[in-house]
Amino acid sequence: MAATDVAPANEKRTEERDTIVIRFCGDSGDGMQLAGSQMTNVSAVFGNDVSTLPDFPAEIRAPAGSLAGVSGFQLHFSSNDVFTPGDEVDTLVAMNPAALKTNIADLKRGGTLIVNQDSFASGDLKKASYESNPLDDEDLLAPFDVHKVEMTRLTRDAVDGLGLSPREADRCKNFFALGLVYWLYERDATPTKNWISEKFSKKPEIAEANLKALQGGQNYGTSTGSFRVHYRVPPAQLTPGKYRKITGNEALAFGFTTAAKLAERPLFYAGYPITPASDILHELSRLKNFGVRTFQAEDEIAAMAAAVGAAFTGEFSITASSGPGICLKGEAMGLGVMTELPMVIVDVQRGGPSTGLPTKTEQSDLMLAMFGRNGESPLPIVAPATPGDCFWIAQEAMRIAVEFMTPVMLLSDGYIANGAEPWRVPSMDDLKPIQVNHPTESNSEDGFLPYLRDERLVRPWAKVGTPGLMHRLGGLEKSDGTGNVDYDPNNHEHMSKVRAQKVANVAASIPEQEVFGAQDGDVLVISWGGTYGSVRQAVKTLSEDGCSVGHAHLRYLNPFPSNLGELITRFQTILVPELNLGQLVQLLRSTFLVDAQGYNKVQGKPFRISELIEAIKSRL
Amino acid sequence: MTTELPVLTAKDFASDQELRWCPRCGDYSILAQFKKVLPTLGIPQENFVVVSGIGCSSRFPYYVDTYGFHSIHGRAPAIASGVKGVRPDLQVWVITGDGDGLSIGGNHLMHAIRRNVNLKIILFNNQIYGLTKGQYSPTSPLGKRTKSTPLGSIDNPLSPLSVAIGSEATFVARSVDVDTKHLTSILERAAHHDGTAFIEVYQDCNVFNSGAFYYASKKGVKEDNIVYLEHGKPLIYGADRDKGIRVNEGNRPEVVELGSGISEDDLLFHDEQAEEPSLAFLLARMRHPEFPEPVGVFRSVQRPVYDMALDEQVSEAIEQQGPGDLDELFSSGDTWTVE
Repeated sequence: MAATDVAPANEKRTEERDTIVIRFCGDSGDGMQLAGSQMTNVSAVFGNDVSTLPDFPAEIRAPAGSLAGVSGFQLHFSSNDVFTPGDEVDTLVAMNPAALKTNIADLKRGGTLIVNQDSFASGDLKKASYESNPLDDEDLLAPFDVHKVEMTRLTRDAVDGLGLSPREADRCKNFFALGLVYWLYERDATPTKNWISEKFSKKPEIAEANLKALQGGQNYGTSTGSFRVHYRVPPAQLTPGKYRKITGNEALAFGFTTAAKLAERPLFYAGYPITPASDILHELSRLKNFGVRTFQAEDEIAAMAAAVGAAFTGEFSITASSGPGICLKGEAMGLGVMTELPMVIVDVQRGGPSTGLPTKTEQSDLMLAMFGRNGESPLPIVAPATPGDCFWIAQEAMRIAVEFMTPVMLLSDGYIANGAEPWRVPSMDDLKPIQVNHPTESNSEDGFLPYLRDERLVRPWAKVGTPGLMHRLGGLEKSDGTGNVDYDPNNHEHMSKVRAQKVANVAASIPEQEVFGAQDGDVLVISWGGTYGSVRQAVKTLSEDGCSVGHAHLRYLNPFPSNLGELITRFQTILVPELNLGQLVQLLRSTFLVDAQGYNKVQGKPFRISELIEAIKSRL
Repeated sequence: MTTELPVLTAKDFASDQELRWCPRCGDYSILAQFKKVLPTLGIPQENFVVVSGIGCSSRFPYYVDTYGFHSIHGRAPAIASGVKGVRPDLQVWVITGDGDGLSIGGNHLMHAIRRNVNLKIILFNNQIYGLTKGQYSPTSPLGKRTKSTPLGSIDNPLSPLSVAIGSEATFVARSVDVDTKHLTSILERAAHHDGTAFIEVYQDCNVFNSGAFYYASKKGVKEDNIVYLEHGKPLIYGADRDKGIRVNEGNRPEVVELGSGISEDDLLFHDEQAEEPSLAFLLARMRHPEFPEPVGVFRSVQRPVYDMALDEQVSEAIEQQGPGDLDELFSSGDTWTVE
C-alpha cells in the first residue's frame, strides 16, 4: 500500500528517505523480537528491501531490567538494494534504561531516540547501573532527536476497560511502540493486525488489547507535539515476482523439503535441540504432509547415527546442529565418509569454543568441517551467502551428496539462520530435481559389489529391500569393489586416495567462481558465508569510487571452484575477511601458495561495512 | 492376495565371509540359532537388516547374508532407529554386547527401548571386553580381576534386564548361548513382538572370561541354578523339580522346597503380560548364587510402536492437509508482488 501524499490534517511534514536502520531494544520479556519481525513484515510487504539482525541473550529470561537481559532487533529497510542490517542506527527504540545503556553507542548523531520514559525510575536505573537518570543528562542526549514517551501509562490508557491486569496491560507496550514506529514511517499496519487476530484468536481480549495498543501508538504519533516529521521510504526496485520474508533456517527447511519432494521421496531429519539450529527441526516437523520424517534424537551422536542409518536404506537424510553438537557428531560423520553414504550435515555456526556464545554468530568451524574427524576423512563443504540462498544451497548440498555418495557439510551461521530478507518465491521452472539412481540388479559376475565405482569414483547406492543386492557396510577399512573388510596396507592407501579424489572430483560439477567488480588489479576480497552482504556493499562502494577491487564470495569451500587459483593470480593483494581468527585464509595460503591476508573479528557480531572499507582501502 | 515366497533355509542366510571368532566362542551358537530362525519368519531375505556396534559380537552382520551394518561403538540402536525411521517395513535386528550396549552406548539403548522402536536387540553378555583383550565391563562382578582391575573390580555391575525394564521395555527375555532350543524359541518370540524386543544372552568368552556362565549352561549344574519362565506357570526348578520361588510377606522372592506343607499353588506364578513391570523387575533382580536366575520371557506387553506412529502421523498429515504442495509452502505467510 503506497503512502499518501496528502499531509496529515495537523500539518505534520512527510520527508522522503532512501534507507532507514531502526533498532528495537528492551528487556527480553518486552517482546522486542516480535516488534522487530512485525516491522520487518510490513516493510517487506510494502515493497522495501530489508535485512535484519536479531540479537538476543542466551538466557531465556535474564533478570528483568538487567544489562544481560537486553534483547534487540535491528532492521534495515530501504528503497535500494540492501546487503546488511546496517552499521549505524537511525532510530533507536529503547524500552528501559538497560537497553538505552547497551545500545546508545550505535545511534548515529542526529538520529531519533524513542524511550519509554516510565521505565526510567530508580529500580530500573539501578539495575542498569545508572547513578542518575540518563534522560536528564543533556550532554548524553544532545546529539539526538529525543522523544520521551510515557509508554507504560499510555498503553494502560489504551487498553483501559478491557479488564486486563496491570501486568497483562504492560505486556502490550511493545505494540504501542510498534504503532508509534508505524506512524513514524507511514507503515500500513494491516499485516500486523491480521497477525494479532490470528495469533490470539483463542484469547480475544488479548487480541483486542494488542490492537488497541497498536492503534494507541499510531494515534500518539498523530496527536503529540513531540513528533513533527514522519518519513517515507519508497519501495525498492526488486526483480519482479512474488515475494515473502524468509530466514536462513526457514529457507534451509524449505530447500531440503524441495529436494526430497522433487525427487519424489521422503526426507529424514534427525536432530537434537541446539541454538541456533533448532528452528530447522521446528520447521521440518510441521511439514509431515511432504513426507518429512523428523526424529528428535536422545543426543547429537544419535542424531548423526540415525541420519547414517536412514541414508543406508537409500533415502534422503539430513541432520543439523551447531558447533558443540558437530563435535559430538564427528565419529558418526566419519562412518558416513567410510561407508560413502549421502547425507547433509548442517552446522549453524556460533561463537566457540565449548558452549561459547550460543546466540551470537561466528565463522569459526571451517577447519572443524574440513578436518574435524579422525583419519583422512574428506568431505565436500558448501556455505550459503544469505538467508534466501539457504534454499538453494540446501538443494545443492543434497545434490552433491547423492551424486557423489558422500556426506556433505553445509556451514550456515547464526547471522544467516536468524536474519531475514525478502525472498522471491521461485517458480517450479526454476527448480531441478536431483537424479537418483538405485541399482536393481547385480553389477558384476561375482554378485553385487557395493564398492564398484564409476568413472567419477562413485559407488552404487542400493536401496535396502532390493532382492539380490544384500551387502554389508561398516566402519572398518574395506576392499575396493567387494567392500569386504581389508587391512592390507596398500589397499588402505589406495582407498584413502580414492575417497579424497572422489571429493576432489566434485569440483567438475560446480560452477566456476565469479568475481564482482574489478576482474583484475589491486585487491581481491575473498569471503564466504554470512559476511557476503557487508563485503559486497564495501566492495561496491569502493568500486563506485573507482577503486581497483574485486569480490569473490565462495559458496563452495571444499573443493574450491576449479578456476579459483587462476583468479587469485590476477590481483596484487588477496584479502580474506572472516568472523574467526583466520581459517579460510589458511586454506587459501596452503592450497595456492599465495600471501593472502586475513582481516578478522570475533565479537559475535557481523562486520560493519565501514570497517571493511577501511581494511580494503589500506591495501589499495 | 498372497505372494509365494521362496522357501529359505539357514544356508541361504550364510554369507561368504570367513568366521573370525575364537574357536568355541559362544557367538557361534547364537549365530547358528539366528540363521535357523530367520528363514522361518516369512519375511523376504532382502527385508532383513542386521545392525551392530563394535566388539566381538558386532562382527555378526558380516556372517549373515542380509543387508547389514557393522557400525561404530555403541551406536547401533541409533543407526537402527534411523533405518526404521524411514523404513518401518524392514525387520531390523541389533547385535550388541555388554560393553557396546551398556557402557559406551547405554544412552542409545535406553532411548530406543523407551520409544519402543520396532527393533530386535540381542545383547551378548559375556561380562568382559573381549575385542580389546580382557578389561572388565559394566556387567563384570565386583572383585573381578582383569587387565584393568589387577586388584579386583570396584565397579558395581548393572543388570541388563533391569536397565531394559527401567527403560519401559515392552519385551524382555534372557537365554543362554548353548541352550539352543530355548534360544531359538526366544528369538522367534522376539521376532514376532511389535516394538522393541530386548534379549540378553549369556555368552561364554572362553578366552578372557571362560566359565563365567557355567552355572547356567553346564548340564548337571544349571538345573539348580536357573529357572525357566513360562507364562501362567509356577516357578519350579531343580534337577528333581523340587524347588520353587515364593514371594514372601516382605514382597521378596525366596527359595522354597516343595512338599512339607508347600505346594505349587504357594509359588510365584509367572505373568509376562502384567501391565506393571514390577514382577519382571523382581525376577530380573534374582541373581546367582542367592537365587536361581530366570531365563525365558520376563515381559511381553503391547504399546504403540514408534516407527508405526511416525508413519501414521505422516499419513494423517497427508490425508488432512493433502500431499505437500511446494508452491503453497513457498507462498505461506505474508507475500507481496513486485511488478
